[in-house]
Amino acid sequence: MKRRLRDVPPALAMLVPSMALLAVWTVYPLVMAFINGTKSCDSTGRRCNDVGWQQFSNVWQSREFQHALGVSLKLAAMTVPAGLILGVGLAVLADKHLRGIGFFRTAFSSTVATSVAVASLVWFVLLQPEIGVLSDLFHEWIPSLKQPGLLRDPGTALPAVALSSVWAGLGFTFIVITAGLQGIPRDLYESAYVDGAGSWRRFTNVTLPMLSPSILFITVVLTTRALQTYAEVSLLTGGGPNPEKSTTTIPYLIYGRNSVIQNNLGLKSAAAVLLFVISLVFAIVQFRGFEKRVQYAR
Amino acid sequence: MAQVRLEHITKVFGDGAEAATAVDDVSLEIPDHEFMILLGPSGCGKSTLLRMVAGLEDPTEGDVFIDDVRVNDVEPKLRDVAMVFQSYALYPHKTVARNIEFPLKVRGIGKAERAAEAQRAAEVLGLGPYLGRKPGQLSGGQRQRVALARAIVRRPAVFLMDEPLSNLDAKLRGDTRAELVDLHRRLDSTFLYVTHDQVEAMTMGTRVAVINQGRLEQVGAPQEVYDRPASVFVAQFIGTPPMNIIPGGLLGDGSVRLGVRPEHLRLDTGDGATGAGGGRVQATVRQVEHLGHEVLVLAHGNGDDGLALTARLPPEPGLPGAGDVVEFAFADRHVHRFDAASGERLP
Repeated sequence: MKRRLRDVPPALAMLVPSMALLAVWTVYPLVMAFINGTKSCDSTGRRCNDVGWQQFSNVWQSREFQHALGVSLKLAAMTVPAGLILGVGLAVLADKHLRGIGFFRTAFSSTVATSVAVASLVWFVLLQPEIGVLSDLFHEWIPSLKQPGLLRDPGTALPAVALSSVWAGLGFTFIVITAGLQGIPRDLYESAYVDGAGSWRRFTNVTLPMLSPSILFITVVLTTRALQTYAEVSLLTGGGPNPEKSTTTIPYLIYGRNSVIQNNLGLKSAAAVLLFVISLVFAIVQFRGFEKRVQYAR
Repeated sequence: MAQVRLEHITKVFGDGAEAATAVDDVSLEIPDHEFMILLGPSGCGKSTLLRMVAGLEDPTEGDVFIDDVRVNDVEPKLRDVAMVFQSYALYPHKTVARNIEFPLKVRGIGKAERAAEAQRAAEVLGLGPYLGRKPGQLSGGQRQRVALARAIVRRPAVFLMDEPLSNLDAKLRGDTRAELVDLHRRLDSTFLYVTHDQVEAMTMGTRVAVINQGRLEQVGAPQEVYDRPASVFVAQFIGTPPMNIIPGGLLGDGSVRLGVRPEHLRLDTGDGATGAGGGRVQATVRQVEHLGHEVLVLAHGNGDDGLALTARLPPEPGLPGAGDVVEFAFADRHVHRFDAASGERLP
């Protein structure tokens, strides 16, 4: 016990740097967001008066926030399953000991080194109705690629943003799932094979359950990332097409240059706090829901 | 129920300059009901041989027959074999019952029948109380039993076991050896069992196939292999401590090597009581190990040929100490003669 007490001062000293970073970059902004969320400010942001916690419920009930929440949830519903299925599928395909497979592994994981901004630009050009390659190639099957263009059609703008977002996130999923696959003992596959299990049975009885920790992790990360989607929207659609605001996600409502609340610090802060709470609820629900079915032991 | 026959099996891994021959022209016949042990040091190719019978590897050359049917191109599930892995390969996310049932489920057997069969297999191995647990909640010995139960549940014609006891502690290993022999008797089917442990080979097998560097050195009943080893390798691999190999030059014939088991070396006290007709070797005692029921005397020869000798002696008074120069004697009938060049047994 004495020894423990003696260890406290050096332990604190060693914790100071990370605690300082956390305090300045995480705790302080979070607290400020809560405080600002209770204020109503003028456009300069200097003169504020306190309107209380009521503002959170006002923002929550507002038409704009509800619309943005719907867009964000739809985006998550598109990107999370698609990203997961594609990532697992590609990782399983690339987890074969074939000649030249290294090239595909590199290609599939390459988007991890691509910033969202670059990914968005790539897709912006690909989908551009006048000069875009995809528009030229496929407009006979999907006319809206040319007229008015996927990103300009209120019905397809959000799926198009989702497409870019899934592509940009694929490398990360691929790497995490590949690492998970390599942790699965070969014996399990061989045993199942000798017992007569075909490849689909081996996938559902060995691969999927053994990947469950990686899949849970990826699901939580992809969901959080989907709820925080801002850069793709800003670069691809600017929250439009308007007047439907088909791609105005909650982060875009908060920060976007075309947002109706862009000059109101109090409303922005309240919306940001609500987004934080929503993300937290999702993460908790996912962890609780999967906890029992996730297999951590070897 | 089934007989396994291997004909001129060769397995080469890799190609070109990196090619490595794991199994080299092995022919072996395992009759019905036999408990055949594939014994050899690690990397000798015994596991590869087993995996080829299971269908997990394809032979580069040669044929595998199960009940006179050539199975080289037959999928594992149609070979009617079950395999127990060294790691047990249990599904950690399934309960013991689900693990045991799995081979039946794959074969499309109904739920009720599956449960009944799993129950029966679990009873055989004393796993009844653990059916609802996950493998992570079991001890090593219990997991090993689950792996065995999963193998017997399907009543396969041939059991393949790849060092199933090597992850158990010494006490449990001893108990499980006896249980496996018992299981073999009760199931009345063919066992093919890979191990590097010569004690397992001696105590469990009806026959032992000794493999070294991909080649079959000798096949025979355990006692026969012990009594008449076919090569210097077999002589030294089976028996602890290993057989002493004495250069024939010491006794006047450089073309042979002599093998004498440690229990057949006697201390020559100089009174002629050790009898005639054998040989004598002078050596310096390096160490004396008292094991209670016996004493191991480790010595090295007095020449510069690197001769090392071990003698197993009864714990009686008058034993030498480290540094003493002694003379070991051995009777002619206990001498094994091997060709000095090839290492093969001479008649």
